[in-house]
Amino acid sequence: MNIFYAVLTLGVLSAVFGLILAVASKVFEVKTDPRLDLLLDCLPGANCGGCGYAGCAGCAAAILEKKAPVNACPSCTGQQTSRIAAVMGVEVKALERRVAFVRCSGGDRAGRKFERYVGLEDCVAAMKVAGNGTLQCSYGCLGCGTCTAACKFDAIHINANGVAEVDREKCTCCMQCAAACPRKIIVSMPYAVGVVMPCANHEKGAIAKAHCSVSCIGCRLCEKNCPAGAITVNNNVARIDYDKCTSCGTCVAKCPRKLLTDINATGKVEPVA
Amino acid sequence: MQWTTLFDIALGAILVNNFILAQFLGICPFMGVSKKMDTAVGMGFAVIFVMGLASALCYPVNLLLDSLGLGYMRTVTFILVIAALVQFVEMFLKKSIPTLYEALGVYLPLITTNCAVLGVVLLNVQNSYNFIESVVYGITGGAGFLLAIVLFASIRERLEFSEPPKAFRGFPIALVTAGLMALCFMGFQGLQIPW
Repeated sequence: MNIFYAVLTLGVLSAVFGLILAVASKVFEVKTDPRLDLLLDCLPGANCGGCGYAGCAGCAAAILEKKAPVNACPSCTGQQTSRIAAVMGVEVKALERRVAFVRCSGGDRAGRKFERYVGLEDCVAAMKVAGNGTLQCSYGCLGCGTCTAACKFDAIHINANGVAEVDREKCTCCMQCAAACPRKIIVSMPYAVGVVMPCANHEKGAIAKAHCSVSCIGCRLCEKNCPAGAITVNNNVARIDYDKCTSCGTCVAKCPRKLLTDINATGKVEPVA
Repeated sequence: MQWTTLFDIALGAILVNNFILAQFLGICPFMGVSKKMDTAVGMGFAVIFVMGLASALCYPVNLLLDSLGLGYMRTVTFILVIAALVQFVEMFLKKSIPTLYEALGVYLPLITTNCAVLGVVLLNVQNSYNFIESVVYGITGGAGFLLAIVLFASIRERLEFSEPPKAFRGFPIALVTAGLMALCFMGFQGLQIPW
């Protein structure tokens, strides 16, 4: 008899709760736009924050309310973006794929202020504790991996030379690494173009040379020789205007420091000097 | 109703018999969501909320079971009650108080079958608390959880930057830390209330 009561009690309780939940799901139903789920499906779901919203859900809501363009997600491939556009019923022009780039290749080849840094393995901490960083160069990558920790796509790592290097295949250009970098030397560049200037040192040539064996000395040879006029030397460091660069390789050949490199040709950022 | 009794229960639930650090209930969320301070706080408040509600709802259910002589069915019935309750509360919040729903977020369904929540309702029965005592025990038990997880999260945020031996990195050192915290909370065992 007891077992009968037990089964009955639990059965009745379950039935009552089930009924309450069924009613509640109707009563408290919140109508959401079905397109919201579709949009969430299209987005990468990494919640990288590259779009400026608090995650993919925020981005999807913004796209739905037309507060953000359909290509708001910097991490989406062209295919994903066109799926989002299809959901929203608009056309989208193909966006040029961009990747992040670290404007430094010094690392072990840059002069140190101390023999050894034993503080926290964090660039922001290294900046504060070691008085503007552990390097003699006050612009170079500190190599403590703050960007690596910030990357949601496992696309930036400290390479063998002790410098952060972007994996161009994995990078989605969400630029969270750039936001995390206390040196502010991570920039975005087109994926298709490979010519890079891996130095951000604004010191005059002699000082830059003394601090690091792979530094831009601001000699302007690249600027003078660039047939497209894409390179300008400002504050003793060369910068490439990617709207004009044609990847012709003239600057790569001319650079006396062998610093300018075509990564698409060599496969990686590896100045010879 | 003795206010001192309630104070006794509250102090016991928060410090002396802290759910995590003295009774070792609810360790999974304690280890799982204590990596960052804001997630830890979110989890803590969700636990307070659910533990308080579960204590209140399970009290009449327990009376029903007792009247039918089905005391041995408590565990399974309470699991059912808590699961249904959390589902209901989630739907209710989503419709009525979206801001609170957003704040509790994913943590609310996460603690549906948490052992601390089940533990609190079973302990209410074991200690034969009345309705108000049950609710106070539930809420303050949750507050004890919040206290423990917030303390632990603040330690863990620092642990991230420390360099323990390789074998201890990550979870091992977190477990050691939790053990040390439990030792510290042992100190409250001698707490004497002068009435």
